[in-house]
Amino acid sequence: MEKKRWNKTARNNAVTYGIVIVFWLAMTLWRQSGNLSSLMQGLLVPVCIYAIMAVSLNLTVGILGELSLGHAGFMCVGAFASAFFTQCMTEAIPFVPLRFALAIIIAAVFAAIFGVLIGIPVLRLQGDYLAIVTLAFGEIIKNFVNILYIGKDSRGLHFSIKDTMSLGLEEGGKVIVKGPQGITGTSRDATFTIGIILLLITLFIILRLVQSRDGRAIKAIRDNQIAAESVGINITKYKLMAFTISAALAGVAGALYSHNLSSLTATSQNFGYNMSIMILVYVVLGGIGSIRGSMIAAAILTVLPELLRGLSDYRMLIYAVILIVAMLLNWAPAALAFREKYSLRRLLGKNKAKGVE
Amino acid sequence: MSFLSYLFNGISLGSVYAIIALGYTMVYGIAKMLNFAHGDVIMIGAYVTLTAMTSLTMPTIPALLLAIVVCTVLGVVIERVAYRPLRNAASPLAVLITAIGVSYLLQNIALLVFGANTKSFPSVVQFPALSLAGGKLVISSLTLVTIFACIVIMIGLTLFIKKTKAGQAMLAVSEDKGAAQLMGINVNGTIALTFAIGSALAAIAGVLLCSAYPSLTPYTGSMPGIKAFVAAVFGGIGSIPGAMIGGILLGVIEIFGRAYISSQMADAIVFAVLIVVLLVKPAGLLGKKIQEKV
Repeated sequence: MEKKRWNKTARNNAVTYGIVIVFWLAMTLWRQSGNLSSLMQGLLVPVCIYAIMAVSLNLTVGILGELSLGHAGFMCVGAFASAFFTQCMTEAIPFVPLRFALAIIIAAVFAAIFGVLIGIPVLRLQGDYLAIVTLAFGEIIKNFVNILYIGKDSRGLHFSIKDTMSLGLEEGGKVIVKGPQGITGTSRDATFTIGIILLLITLFIILRLVQSRDGRAIKAIRDNQIAAESVGINITKYKLMAFTISAALAGVAGALYSHNLSSLTATSQNFGYNMSIMILVYVVLGGIGSIRGSMIAAAILTVLPELLRGLSDYRMLIYAVILIVAMLLNWAPAALAFREKYSLRRLLGKNKAKGVE
Repeated sequence: MSFLSYLFNGISLGSVYAIIALGYTMVYGIAKMLNFAHGDVIMIGAYVTLTAMTSLTMPTIPALLLAIVVCTVLGVVIERVAYRPLRNAASPLAVLITAIGVSYLLQNIALLVFGANTKSFPSVVQFPALSLAGGKLVISSLTLVTIFACIVIMIGLTLFIKKTKAGQAMLAVSEDKGAAQLMGINVNGTIALTFAIGSALAAIAGVLLCSAYPSLTPYTGSMPGIKAFVAAVFGGIGSIPGAMIGGILLGVIEIFGRAYISSQMADAIVFAVLIVVLLVKPAGLLGKKIQEKV
């Protein structure tokens, strides 16, 4: 029995990785054949970014069972930390893959630090309070980045939250983070292949975590916190673990984001509450708790609106309706009873034993 | 004197927050859900008033009444269609995510119907301003009306809950839904009534807010809505005087933060207040701490 179960999990994981690899192969071949439009080419890296975001948010929402509305804030931290690193190290490390790899690690580390700092107070709360406080933190991060100025000269780094002048730079000093103008001129190191590799690493980390002893502890907290506590699960530790890993992976997505654009600014469109909600839509649509589902939903919902340009006015409206309808169909007790009664399997007379469970 | 005029601005903004927070706190106290769409009901109320006053050339008071009616109906419909089916859902996240969906839906409907352009809101209060201390301190009539409206609403709500049968039913439902139902209280009706009152207050708040800050976009409501929730949490969720005190304190903190610290960080300061309150006194200033029983 135990062996059979393991096989099923392994097969499931293989399918998930397989989808990513097949997608990469298909897109690479398509691109080499020269038939891939430039619009689609521009979407390849964003697909990876949003897939990583959705998969990592699903760890918090689906596996830990807490709603985080500040996920874009961690992406913002990762984006700025990595872009800043790349700007500082452009001359010091000319070898791009090494520099980008370090930038990604820095993004993950910074986002993880913020994850711990924010997680310690936030995870004492639950439900609605946790959601609103993560939202608050996300907005604070975005606001703070918009007033942050960092410059570099021969004496080292200078910080200010007022303006460029108050940095007090020497002649020849360079302003790297320019408040609302953000960081400009980051080299565009992100490629589709790197994005896919990062997505695979993300999937590997999350699937390993979910299927491990730690992952089962996290799910136990989700299902019943009091019961989990009473069997000796360290609530704080596991909550913080899930939250921090989720934040770190969002930071990785942020690094990919900042190295895909030459200018990086923190607006409410890319790192605000709206983005957090959009990622949440991906997670809900893909199925809360389903890692593969959120990845696929993110990819489809990133590509589809661009292909259906005519519908762009209605895009967010459609998302909102999808969000409401998906929640009602999947969670409303009446809808569940209806689905149970008229499910296809039952009508076909299959899986009768399922009702016993 | 600038300190005093900031203080009055803060109390005025805070009174608007308090009116919104009353809606939040009632809905949260009774339905135990965070109605994310509440802020967007404010926006709809403001748009209805604006359309009634400009396109239909209605006077202020009938326009406001129309907005109250529209928002009340909207609130009840939202509750019926989106929230009631999920009331007994297995996961508490379900209704929260649905509420976010409703909030987005309202914003995007407004975007399609009224357009993305910023609309300037007409002044609804046409009394002369109050001038004190030989003209050094001028308090606008809008500020006075806002504060007055807030006090009247709070007293009215308190009386409603203490003295009427429907108000007592609300208290009973917020204590224990099951027991209330056994006593013959119509739980669904009571929750619908709560949404109706909250949404009607949202319409008033929308008009007052847009008179003070006369630029109206489909996103106008979302930030004040979230801040009003902060105010409700600050005062103690479920408590009517708490919402009032929390709202006014938050408004004063925001205006002072904007004036003396940094205008860009004003929102961040408000959110920092929320975080500190939740960590130090999670039940808020006037709230009761409820221990979960197993």
